[in-house]
Amino acid sequence: MDLIGTLLANWPRLLDGTAMTLKLTVTAALISVVITPLLALGRVHAGPVAGGLLRLYVSFVRGTPLLAQLFLVFYGSGQFRPFFQEWGLWGFIREPFNCCVLVLVMYTTAYQAEILRGGIQAVPRGEVEAAQAVGMTYRQILRRVIFPHAVRFAWPGLGNEMIILVKGSALASVVTVFDLMGRSRQIFLHSFDFAIYIWAAAIYLMITACIVLLWRLIELRLARHMHPSSPLPGASP
Amino acid sequence: MKTYLKTLLRGAALCASLSTASAESLKLATEAAYPPFNYVGTDGKIEGFDIDFGMELCKRIGADCEFVAQDWDGIIPGLLTKKYDLIVASMNITEPRKKQVAFSDPYYKTAMTHIVAKDSGMTEFSNETMKGKVIGAQTGSTQAEYVQAKYPDADIRLYPSQVELNLDMSNGRIDVMLGDLLPSIDFVKTEEGACCEVAGPPIVDPAFVGEGAGIALRQEDTALRERVNKAIAEIRADGTFKKLNDKYFTIDIYTLQ
Repeated sequence: MDLIGTLLANWPRLLDGTAMTLKLTVTAALISVVITPLLALGRVHAGPVAGGLLRLYVSFVRGTPLLAQLFLVFYGSGQFRPFFQEWGLWGFIREPFNCCVLVLVMYTTAYQAEILRGGIQAVPRGEVEAAQAVGMTYRQILRRVIFPHAVRFAWPGLGNEMIILVKGSALASVVTVFDLMGRSRQIFLHSFDFAIYIWAAAIYLMITACIVLLWRLIELRLARHMHPSSPLPGASP
Repeated sequence: MKTYLKTLLRGAALCASLSTASAESLKLATEAAYPPFNYVGTDGKIEGFDIDFGMELCKRIGADCEFVAQDWDGIIPGLLTKKYDLIVASMNITEPRKKQVAFSDPYYKTAMTHIVAKDSGMTEFSNETMKGKVIGAQTGSTQAEYVQAKYPDADIRLYPSQVELNLDMSNGRIDVMLGDLLPSIDFVKTEEGACCEVAGPPIVDPAFVGEGAGIALRQEDTALRERVNKAIAEIRADGTFKKLNDKYFTIDIYTLQ
């Protein structure tokens, strides 16, 4: 097996696939950052009807394979084309990239919302009461007390979700979006050179390693008040 | 549970065949996603022209045969790693494939065609007219080679199988798709394919279509290849081919006339 030769012959296509994998995951991750807190708050505070719907959404997404969801959204949406056209959504749904992002966002927010909900519910009650006692509005309490705590609690779990998101994007090629995995398969079909999958695995590993590192750095920063050995500049001894 | 039972049954069947150990047993691979040549019937069994033809072939060479379904893009690697012995899956005989596997003589003639939506009015197909259009083809197929070579400026989408491609054509997600002529003629007659029509002249360029559809074997199995070729010639000569042909098609697919 000639690993270097395989890489030299195929690097433009691998790079192209890697770019698509990153584009898919980064887009889905950014959108999920906006949606997850809303869903998590909904899970904590919503009434019986909205809460029930949210619960249904989460259990549907968590209880079905990502591949099934992708097929449902991609091929299923085509069956309702007149409906989508009427609502002006067909242009969006017609693009396979959008369908992939939509499914990845659905998938990851369902898990992330549950993780963040756990974080919100783990915030000590006393702290919320103290904030109320000094007269903060609910919005202020959310921003200054609940979310800083909740995100810190949920942070490692959210990191796992990011890694799962990267790997989940490898299904995109079944709906004609050629990500890293899809491109590798294509190269394999032409060359029958198995070494290409070793490179694909190595690239995935590099991407996830970067996420792990980034997550670790942010985690240290979030928990900087917990490390008295490295006091903040200007903090009193 | 069902697969577990199946494995048990298969094991039992294997024991039975070992104990009798008379006829040579061969495994045949097909895609089972390419009607009317090979597809999964309503009762879950693999059916179609390729299956009928393959079984007739086995009868002639005196082998016990079993068909297995295998995704298209892994079908050649599976043969090379001896998961099965023959590919009877309407595979076009092309030069790149000949580097990997050996082929029998063609058992029917093939051509490709464009399929478009009925209201599209498209009849001319060139890189200029296809510019910016969404064109679909199956991954790893001769059609995919063709669109990538002929329409570099089109938005090319590659699907895992023709079934999914057909579905998205009727969904209207793609403007043009390429398919083999015979299944395409069949497709536009179905309810799903009512959206669409076969357009332009058939594509018969041997650089893409090859010499027709052949049965693929491992290159070292030369004796088996001889027997297969002899059987194909017999099936054609004694009128059995016509019988199989007429079950599925209104034209003679051996000559495409």
